[in-house]
Amino acid sequence: MDLFKFFSKETPSKDVAKERLKLILIHDRANVSPQFLEMVKGDIIRVISDYAEIDESGLEIKLTRAGEQGTSSPALVANIPIKKMKEFGR
Amino acid sequence: MGVAIVVTSGKGGVGKTTTTANIGTALAMLGNKVVVVDADTGLRNLDLHLGLENRIVYNLVDVVEGTCRLKQALIKDKRFDNLFLLPTAQTKDKTAVTPEQMQKLIDDLKKEFDYIIIDCPAGIEHGFENAVAGADRAIVVTTPEVSAVRDADRIIGKLEAKGLEDHQLIINRIKYEMTKKGEMLNIDDMTDILAIKLLGIIPEDEKIVISTNRGEPAVTDENSKAGKAYRNVARRIMGEEVPFLDLEEEPSGLLASIKKIFFKK
Ligand SMILES: Nc1ncnc2c1ncn2[C@@H]1O[C@H](COP(=O)(O)OP(=O)(O)OP(=O)(O)O)[C@@H](O)[C@H]1O
Ligand SMILES: [Mg+2]
Repeated sequence: MDLFKFFSKETPSKDVAKERLKLILIHDRANVSPQFLEMVKGDIIRVISDYAEIDESGLEIKLTRAGEQGTSSPALVANIPIKKMKEFGR
Repeated sequence: MGVAIVVTSGKGGVGKTTTTANIGTALAMLGNKVVVVDADTGLRNLDLHLGLENRIVYNLVDVVEGTCRLKQALIKDKRFDNLFLLPTAQTKDKTAVTPEQMQKLIDDLKKEFDYIIIDCPAGIEHGFENAVAGADRAIVVTTPEVSAVRDADRIIGKLEAKGLEDHQLIINRIKYEMTKKGEMLNIDDMTDILAIKLLGIIPEDEKIVISTNRGEPAVTDENSKAGKAYRNVARRIMGEEVPFLDLEEEPSGLLASIKKIFFKK
């Protein structure tokens, strides 16, 4: 027996499968390409840059599902690290 | 007027043909006039599952091309007088038939039979289009594996896009021991992920292999668990409320047999 596994209480593989499936299906159902996300990303940078200096390398945008349980409606979530607000943006 | 039901999956090898043969036979055992249609042109198998491979003269493509009449291509089952097979061609490919021709064929069958069960090929191309063309309902078959569930979801999307909203799910090859350990997706996981109504849960069962070897669907075997699950599916198709099977495996071995004698539930 693998003692390490025994003590660490590994997540059951079916839970891993379920989480992965949920995410895959959001992408499949929304039918979005990586190019689409890149385009959105570019536009967001352009718009926000008028108001704030953003850390482009840290910008993250992804498709997830809305709410905690909802599997049906996809949600676009963006994490935009701001370096500094621009003067007139306040 | 009969009902046409297509058995589909997206992913290959998950049990469409097994399901078609068993549901068709079970519906016939319940007194319905049934025809099972092989829509997997070029890779026909349904005849083998029913043990009718030696009786084929004409096939679906011959009917569509006008080489023979529909009645001449229908093969009566060995055991059940009210069960028929419409085989397809093994030496043609899927483009030999169009969805319009298929629709017409299924409409003709609906005048004669209570249930028309159509065995769909794997994939989402021409063969799929043909198989669903005349269908009123769909049964989506999946197994508890990520790739099969993903493909099932894709198929459900395709069916809905075609306006085939009456679709239900069969989860095949469930291994109770593995789900108990959390090492296999369970029923709740899958119905949670796929937005579709559950029609049946079929356990992994060696008897399926044996019955395919013999060309006698598992539903004719009283002792097959998968057979029993398929008989329940047939009753649900007819509108009966049947509780889902308890998948708990019968304990095996000597000790278990002794326990069974003393602790009859
Ligand atoms: N419940 C089960 N228990 C054990 N074996 C099974 C079960 N269901 C199907 N099988 C086995 O899985 C294999 C594939 O089944 P089947 O031919 O019905 O799949 P299919 O979806 O029609 O495949 P294809 O996509 O190639 O048409 C067969 O060898 C069959 O015996
Ligand atoms: Mg098949």
